[in-house]
Amino acid sequence: MFDLLGIPPQVLMGQLLLGLINGSFYAVLSLGLAVIFGLLNIINFSHGAQYMLGAFVAWMLLEYLGINYWWALILVPVIVGATGIILEKLALRRLYHLDHLYGLLLTFGVALIIQGLFRNYYGISGLPYSIPDQLSGGQNLGFMFLPNYRGWVVVASVIVCFGTWFVIEKTRLGAYLRAATENPTLVGAFGINVPLMIMLTYGFGVALAGFAGVLAAPIYSVNPNMGADLIIVVFAVVVIGGMGSIMGAIVTGFGLGVIEGLTKVFYPAGSAVVIFVIMAIVLMIKPEGLFGRNN
Amino acid sequence: MSVSDIQPAPNERRPATAGMPKLHMAIFAVLFVLLAVLPLLVYPVFAMKVMCFALFAAAFNLLLGFGGLLSFGHAAYFGGASYVAAHASKVWGWTPETSILVGTLAAALLGLLIGSLAIRRQGIYFAMVTLAFAQMFYFFALQADFTGGEDGIQSVPRGSLFGIFPVDSNEALYYLVLAVTFGGILFLYRIVHSPFGQVLKAIRENEPRAISLGYRVNRYKLMVFVLSAAFAGLAGATKSQVFQLASLTDVHWSMSGEVVLMTLLGGVGTVFGPLLGATIVVTMQNYLASMGAWVTVIQGVIFVLGVLLFREGIVGVISRWIKRPL
Repeated sequence: MFDLLGIPPQVLMGQLLLGLINGSFYAVLSLGLAVIFGLLNIINFSHGAQYMLGAFVAWMLLEYLGINYWWALILVPVIVGATGIILEKLALRRLYHLDHLYGLLLTFGVALIIQGLFRNYYGISGLPYSIPDQLSGGQNLGFMFLPNYRGWVVVASVIVCFGTWFVIEKTRLGAYLRAATENPTLVGAFGINVPLMIMLTYGFGVALAGFAGVLAAPIYSVNPNMGADLIIVVFAVVVIGGMGSIMGAIVTGFGLGVIEGLTKVFYPAGSAVVIFVIMAIVLMIKPEGLFGRNN
Repeated sequence: MSVSDIQPAPNERRPATAGMPKLHMAIFAVLFVLLAVLPLLVYPVFAMKVMCFALFAAAFNLLLGFGGLLSFGHAAYFGGASYVAAHASKVWGWTPETSILVGTLAAALLGLLIGSLAIRRQGIYFAMVTLAFAQMFYFFALQADFTGGEDGIQSVPRGSLFGIFPVDSNEALYYLVLAVTFGGILFLYRIVHSPFGQVLKAIRENEPRAISLGYRVNRYKLMVFVLSAAFAGLAGATKSQVFQLASLTDVHWSMSGEVVLMTLLGGVGTVFGPLLGATIVVTMQNYLASMGAWVTVIQGVIFVLGVLLFREGIVGVISRWIKRPL
């Protein structure tokens, strides 16, 4: 293999893979935000905390009940999604008639509560969660070494993202959902239980965050702050993509992860801020976001 | 932008609120007297911290309560100014008032930069954009040389006011901080009750109508953003002189959240709400400091309850009871 601009291909591919993995999380999380925003018109500030909650629930299932990774992958989204449904039923529901900023403030408060509680009981040092046996080891692709688990994270995220896209864009249920996004009153008049749909949609968006948390648990150490900084980057991703389209959220998520990875290769100091810089450029050129609708 | 550009207002009536109502004047007077004797009652550094945060919350309230813009990134201006002021005092050896001034100007500049981009989006997008830029600034503060990274800028000398009056002692500094923060809060009061403030309220209530009346809405929004950032910076710069420290805490997103909490708790869009909210939150942090992360949980609970049950804030409720704006 030849060197590209003096960068050995192993380094380049390694960072590309890391970027793709970060991009997977950006995509799944911004997808969840977009799904929630579409129907509820609120920004779910607790998304990062719910992602952290997902990782912690997976850790607890293993530690206290001996339930393994694969079951966690199914159970955790259900459990975290259920907490989301409770939150929607008890609190968010009361805010729909108000300025959408109140939803942001409420979910911010929820994020503080969840993070504070976990910091109290588990500290901030982080807990280990080992990679499941079936996915340990890796493949030598000739030009780089691909750890199996990391490959799995990308594959699983792509499957979940496109599954969600398919359900929303191509099925009858998705059609109701899209219709309710446009005009909830009219959809309700057709006999569809819109409040129930809103509740389940929030639960589903939160479940996506929980799912991302399980995926993240073996890669990053499970700690109460893992979602807090990530969610701000995801906000920037959402501003760049615009929340008008499901596919837009997915593509922007993966794309920005890769760009961030490339920045680490060519200009390491800029990798922490490259997404924010892109956000600034997008705001100057196309303020409504790359896939956004101008309204 | 020149001032004449943002003062179109043809045939503008003199706003009804031009003079300060007697009630407000009385409250300010009582506050001033109270603050003047406060160092005799409580630890001056604590009182100074409360005053700095009261100014910070009042500056934030200018943007949210009167401009209708929710910024989730005000830590950038607060903390940014604190870094610049600490650097000016420690490395350049400037006097306190010039350090505070240059910190404030830096915050205004940062506000101009971020504000001109952020006002391109509205509502929750605006909140997310301001948060994201503040996080970008946080990374800058983490990596830049002059900020001292994780250590921050420590043992900043307090120096002498105008190079003449030493303010090394807490008691001497207290009266400087009192003058700066009280003056700042009165200035913010004046802005809110000026023709400029009236236009802001018009934009907040009905933006399309304000546009159709010929107001250049975006200029007003940017102007109020810059003013708010500048006064947040004034608070942060002053705080750096009090604690002789500038650190990452002040630019972290949780600081942005705290100022939202103070304003929400006291009453968004009220004159005295942010001052009360800041007092409560700082006092709470002070007395509950030993409880560690429970403080965060309590703050979260106040947020949730505040949004669900108590959106007017404490001063807002009192104001409704006595049927007078506070």
